[in-house]
Amino acid sequence: MSDAESRARSTETRPFETIVGLEVHVELKTESKIFCSCPTTFGAPPNAHICEVCAGLPGALPRLNRKVLDYAILTSLALNCEITRRSRFDRKNYFYPDLPKGYQISQLYAPIGRNGYVDIEPVEEGASSKRIRIHELHMEDDAGKLIHDEAGNCTMIDLSRCGVPLLEIVTEPDFRSAEEVTAFLQTLRTMLKFIGVSDCKMQEGSLRVDVNLSVRASGEEKLGTRTEMKNLSSFRAVSKAIGYESARQWEIVRNSGTIDRETRRWDEEKEQSFSMRKKEDAAEYKYFPEPDIPTIVTTDKKIDELRSFLPELPQAKRRRYIGELGLPGYDAGILTANKEITELFERTNEICGDAKEASNWIMGDLMKLLNDSGTDPERMEIREDSLGEIIVMVKEGKVSRASGKELLRAAFAEGAIPYEYADRHDMWLILDPKVLEEVVSKVLSENEKALSEYLAGKEKNFQFLLGQAMRATAGKADPAALRAALEEKLAEMKKEY
Amino acid sequence: MAEDPDKMKVEQSDMSITEDRDVKMSQAPIMALSAYELAQKIREQKVTSEEAVSAVLKNIDEHECDVHAYLSFWKEEALAQARKCDEMVRESTDVSTLPPLLGVPVAIKDNLLLRGKRSTCGSKMLKDYIPPFSATCVEKLVAAGAIVIGKTNMDEFGMGASTEHSYFGATRHPEDPDRVPGGSSGGSAAAVAYGGASAALGTDTGGSIRQPAAFCGLVGLRPTYGSVSRHGLVAFASSMDTAGPITRGSVDAAMLFNIVNGADPKDQTSISAPKVDISAMENYDVKGKLIGIPKQLLREDTSYDRSGVSSRTMNRAREFFVKNGAKVEEIDMPILDFAVAIYYILSSAEASSNLSRYDGIRYGYRSGQASDISELYTKTRSEGFGKEVKRRILLGNYVLSSEHFDDCYRQAERARNMVKKAFDEAFSKYDFLLCPTAPGVAPKQGEIDKDPLAAYIADLCTVPASLLGTPAISVPFGRAEGLPVGIQLMGPRFGEQEILGAARFVEKALASDIDGDISFETQTMNQKGGTDS
Repeated sequence: MSDAESRARSTETRPFETIVGLEVHVELKTESKIFCSCPTTFGAPPNAHICEVCAGLPGALPRLNRKVLDYAILTSLALNCEITRRSRFDRKNYFYPDLPKGYQISQLYAPIGRNGYVDIEPVEEGASSKRIRIHELHMEDDAGKLIHDEAGNCTMIDLSRCGVPLLEIVTEPDFRSAEEVTAFLQTLRTMLKFIGVSDCKMQEGSLRVDVNLSVRASGEEKLGTRTEMKNLSSFRAVSKAIGYESARQWEIVRNSGTIDRETRRWDEEKEQSFSMRKKEDAAEYKYFPEPDIPTIVTTDKKIDELRSFLPELPQAKRRRYIGELGLPGYDAGILTANKEITELFERTNEICGDAKEASNWIMGDLMKLLNDSGTDPERMEIREDSLGEIIVMVKEGKVSRASGKELLRAAFAEGAIPYEYADRHDMWLILDPKVLEEVVSKVLSENEKALSEYLAGKEKNFQFLLGQAMRATAGKADPAALRAALEEKLAEMKKEY
Repeated sequence: MAEDPDKMKVEQSDMSITEDRDVKMSQAPIMALSAYELAQKIREQKVTSEEAVSAVLKNIDEHECDVHAYLSFWKEEALAQARKCDEMVRESTDVSTLPPLLGVPVAIKDNLLLRGKRSTCGSKMLKDYIPPFSATCVEKLVAAGAIVIGKTNMDEFGMGASTEHSYFGATRHPEDPDRVPGGSSGGSAAAVAYGGASAALGTDTGGSIRQPAAFCGLVGLRPTYGSVSRHGLVAFASSMDTAGPITRGSVDAAMLFNIVNGADPKDQTSISAPKVDISAMENYDVKGKLIGIPKQLLREDTSYDRSGVSSRTMNRAREFFVKNGAKVEEIDMPILDFAVAIYYILSSAEASSNLSRYDGIRYGYRSGQASDISELYTKTRSEGFGKEVKRRILLGNYVLSSEHFDDCYRQAERARNMVKKAFDEAFSKYDFLLCPTAPGVAPKQGEIDKDPLAAYIADLCTVPASLLGTPAISVPFGRAEGLPVGIQLMGPRFGEQEILGAARFVEKALASDIDGDISFETQTMNQKGGTDS
């Protein structure tokens, strides 16, 4: 049973519906922090990158990094959001040791982007795309990190992450399955990487997803009580957590129990979620407008200017690959699912001028290399130009197709440069007609018997002679050129015969 | 100043302001000079900075034990700096290129950070806090050649109007130790008043520059919000906090304003105001000016001004301006009845958030009694903050709670805009507005704590400018009950030139008022000493 079939079946038999909305935190890859000029470098020694502003010393004031605002507007535009012309920051007040100011500077009342959407491509072949509405997009500063030292029985604070810029993207509760959520997250991640605003690495925490989930009986209109799930560190965890939580909730609802409005923590090892805090003990955040940062006024001119910086996004590329390049929808989907793959494809196509060929090499050989080695496309070592060069070399007959595959392997595994590698491994095919003619003459003179039989009409000796000639070049001759040279020579001799 | 407080009072009630200055001069002539004059004399080598600083230190030695204006000062360092300044003067080939305040001893309020110097904000919470950076306005003052003598006492984090709410003990009025100097910049005002500095910087959130200046017989300027960077000003209520000068006269105030004014990349709410033309101030005339008096600010204060000092002062002020050719009108601004409520809702909301960072985790006071994080927060903050600060934090939390946000904070925000609208309208018609600075004269020590609500209401005249972000100045206007009284002039945003000009006009008129028509309070004198029939 295919995936699609099993899904179709499960929806038929499922008596309930899962409703999911997401809160996605994206760490922006600006050089400096959102409210000061400290660097945002990940993995720096504890407290290496702090100043009076991000460490919340008395008398320090935040100053908004323009780049963060530009990135937020760019992302809002990519998510088809309306840009709030007079946007503001607000303070979210709570006490926690990793929060040195005692408040987070976020946006509650006038977030920079509102009412957007993202179309996710069909999960199942043949289905139409689905629109996920974006409720809002806002900017905020990240908190520090607590490091618990069990041995020393103490907790240490690293404030280096304080003030790292975050975008929070809040969707409407438009998801009905884990697959849709995964498709959305993949689309979002690719999009953000294309715009260049974030690395979106879940492992490093530069993409964090909180899942708001409720269930309701099929046909029911009213939404159920939702829970919020945190600590999801991979797409797989998101998917697992949705499966677990919807089953847990339905089990309660089915038995006429009540769902607690709570925040739950996903335990990746146990593959279970655990209650973190109930809504009743939820902090009172006492939001109010941040008086230290003036209202952010965004003009049409500014928006147009930023819009012009917006690169072609994956969905547009996909449509173009199908329409202009004539690629199949399936290929176009895979080629645009990942920024590194897309960039490699476009560069390859540029060099070899053959989209179909470029696509074939990527979809076939490259994907196999990625899968076999378990490499994340982000970490591919292949030079952008290598595949294009290899395809040209093969098309021009300078190397054999087999050599081409070997060159790609080397380019992929070691970052080898195709021309150098071909030199080093003596891969070049002999194309020079003079050289080939000499080879042919030599082979014919060494095989007089076979030659005379051929000239006498034993046509099948041609294959033998060609094989001998190929052997004489140790397989280095371009088969077509060698065949041509042999045919020409034999034709001449036949005439004389 | 006389040794015996009682004798001093009798003497002073007999004297006009100019004569009062002469008394000080006889004790320490250098300190009778304005900062402006002193800077000039230092440049001309008529007085050395060392002499000036020595005079200040002598006054500090003499008065500090009674007044307690300073939380910290540094004698040797100040003298060493003074000698350096004198050297600069001696070596200069063109004294006009020297910085404008070269060698002049100044004081700064303790909530204005000076790198490496303890900055407590009058709080136990920061009793040992040494900042790693300086406030922009302090840096500008130092760059202008001023010698920072020390840091002055204040109500804890600026919350209060008497300088009694300091963890380090109260500052007393330099002319009467039973009275408060006003606050929260009471230390700055007291220091300048007794000659412990030539001029000072204070900060004003709801009146903390203007009210102590009025009580101590000084000029206090709250500049346009944003014209002085808040970088390094320890926040109380961010949307209203403003640093500004407390000085012996309006020329000093203008000079200090020109030095500290200017947009600062470290404070995105900052903006450069036009520089004040000091020579134009000298030519200012109130003749032909249209002056408005907001009726609602004339409300009699029955807690602090039982004898009606403010209304008599206002009557004299009105007469004064009319006599000098201005037209004075009363304006009805009903929204001002809510000004105090608006101010306390918004300032406490901001304060409750601004003071969250004092949690005992990274710096400042930490309770040694806690067993877990929640207890650490609770105990640290219960032990580290004083009563008034805790009151404001509670008030702030109340108005920001989701239950009360809409009917408190949001309403106050709306009402603040209505105040702005009312004043925009007034400023489109009037050259400046006039009102008392504070009810009555400096209250007795301890009086304020008896009724906190009454103390809040006493801020009525100073909070409007705070809500508006507009400039306001308190300028001495004679004496009553033996103590200085001030009047407040309010101008539109960036209206410093106008109100400083008017303040200078008042000052000059009072100085030449030999008969004491304006500055005397006959009635009070009769009550007090009965020396005049």
